[in-house]
Amino acid sequence: MAFDVQKIRQDFPILHRQVNGQELVYFDNAATAQTPQPVIDAIVDYYSTTNANIHRGVHALSQEATEAYEAARQKIQKHFNAVHPYEIILTSGTTEAINCIASGYASILQPGDEVIVSAMEHHSNIVPWQMLCEKTGAQLKVLPMLQNGTLDMEAYAQLLNARTQLVFVNHVSNALGTVNPVASIISQAHAVGAKVLIDGAQATPHYKVDVQALAADFYVTSAHKICGPTGVGMLYGKAEHLRELPPYQGGGEMIAEVTFEKTTYADLPHKFEAGTPNIAGGIAFGAALDYVNSIGLEAIATYEASLLAYATAALEQLPGITIYAKDVEKVAVLSFNIEGLHPYDVGSILDKMGIAVRTGHHCAQPIMDYYEIPGTIRASFSFYNTKEEIDRMVEALKKAITMLQ
Amino acid sequence: MTISELQEEIVDEFSFFEDWMQRYEHMIELGKSLPLIAPEFKTEDNIIKGCQSKVWLHAELKDRKMELTADSDAIITKGIIALLIRIFSNQNPQDILDAKTDFIDKIGLKEHLSPTRANGLVSMIKQIKMYAIAFQAQMNTPSQ
Repeated sequence: MAFDVQKIRQDFPILHRQVNGQELVYFDNAATAQTPQPVIDAIVDYYSTTNANIHRGVHALSQEATEAYEAARQKIQKHFNAVHPYEIILTSGTTEAINCIASGYASILQPGDEVIVSAMEHHSNIVPWQMLCEKTGAQLKVLPMLQNGTLDMEAYAQLLNARTQLVFVNHVSNALGTVNPVASIISQAHAVGAKVLIDGAQATPHYKVDVQALAADFYVTSAHKICGPTGVGMLYGKAEHLRELPPYQGGGEMIAEVTFEKTTYADLPHKFEAGTPNIAGGIAFGAALDYVNSIGLEAIATYEASLLAYATAALEQLPGITIYAKDVEKVAVLSFNIEGLHPYDVGSILDKMGIAVRTGHHCAQPIMDYYEIPGTIRASFSFYNTKEEIDRMVEALKKAITMLQ
Repeated sequence: MTISELQEEIVDEFSFFEDWMQRYEHMIELGKSLPLIAPEFKTEDNIIKGCQSKVWLHAELKDRKMELTADSDAIITKGIIALLIRIFSNQNPQDILDAKTDFIDKIGLKEHLSPTRANGLVSMIKQIKMYAIAFQAQMNTPSQ
């Protein structure tokens, strides 16, 4: 089936609205992807027909809701090729998934242990580990980055040693779009007995990720990056690792038996799913994966690569432009600056022209410090964007340059 | 001119613009014409928190009036600062404390600013008023 972007755009109602009197051009997909009609329908249908609490009711609605929620978990398991459905913990998002693991290791790590975090991480994959190190006395080591926007793999090999317990790296950098060599990072960590958590929030919208092929110990992402709703995400963990960790939060659903003397915990995945979950969100997460799979992630990757190449060539024509991580393997993200202009000013003018980009440090201040810049302008593309939209951004950038210089 | 007269003047000035692009162009021009802050006042202490761009604000008391100088690394933010300085610089601290700030709504500034920039604007006005409180207290303390 040929890739028909105009047909795909019909699935996204929001792409047909106006912003500041102009047709919306949405290039902030790395922050959140837009929601197609089948996903919106899944949420509406759930509340219109099935809404009930799951896992505990004897009545029909509760059973239907439970089945739909567990069916979504199985879709997620199949999509990411986990061995068991119970290795998929549904969380409120990537951040909660990371905090769940960080909190679990607080009772396992010892003073003198080492954890490695890459210099390219989102703050949500830095701060929980700093907090973990403060609690446990473990040492935080930073895997440095290079000028071209990739990780320093030679330094990585030197950082790893018998004291290394955990390694945290994003699969794709949110600020630059760089694809990191996670399979190699994981195998090298395993060689010294360390476990690896991969933040896949920026990879999963663009690639088919196979957690078994990667041999990831933990892999996390958010539904809203993959055309799903906000407030729901995935923590994948190998069953033996998840069993080793204490529960994250206490509450309903996560228990086997409660007395005031002692509570025993439920088995996976419920041990990590205290309280009533985001049921509609979980079901819609499943619908979002169905949607992207109906188009095909390979077709998506090919089309997005053509958008990135087109946009890179067009932007390179602009005076004074610097594109970060330009010549490395990356997803359809362009992080750039224009000489003498503050990213915030450029972003504000683009917004007035109906074009949504992100400006600032993208919650990755260490990268900005590395390049000694206050931030970048980030245009992140999705499979529903078009070359015509990129042309509009280039025209808007020319206008911004004229106004601001 | 009094603070409220200056505010009226700015509201009039902005009423001539037909669209937001023209308002932005005007803000950018104002930003470019903002007098430079003395380098010794561009310190960490003088940075106002709450802006995506950096803002430095320095205040001094001269002849019982508060004099403001400021800078930013973003030009549209500098335009906002230029407006605030036009209104609040060389006024006495009590008048600054009494001043209303509804001109921001009247020139349609707030609705056209991103939430982060609107927060930054609120922080800037708050900081100006904090300086006014400090100077007011200083003037009311009998000199030794």
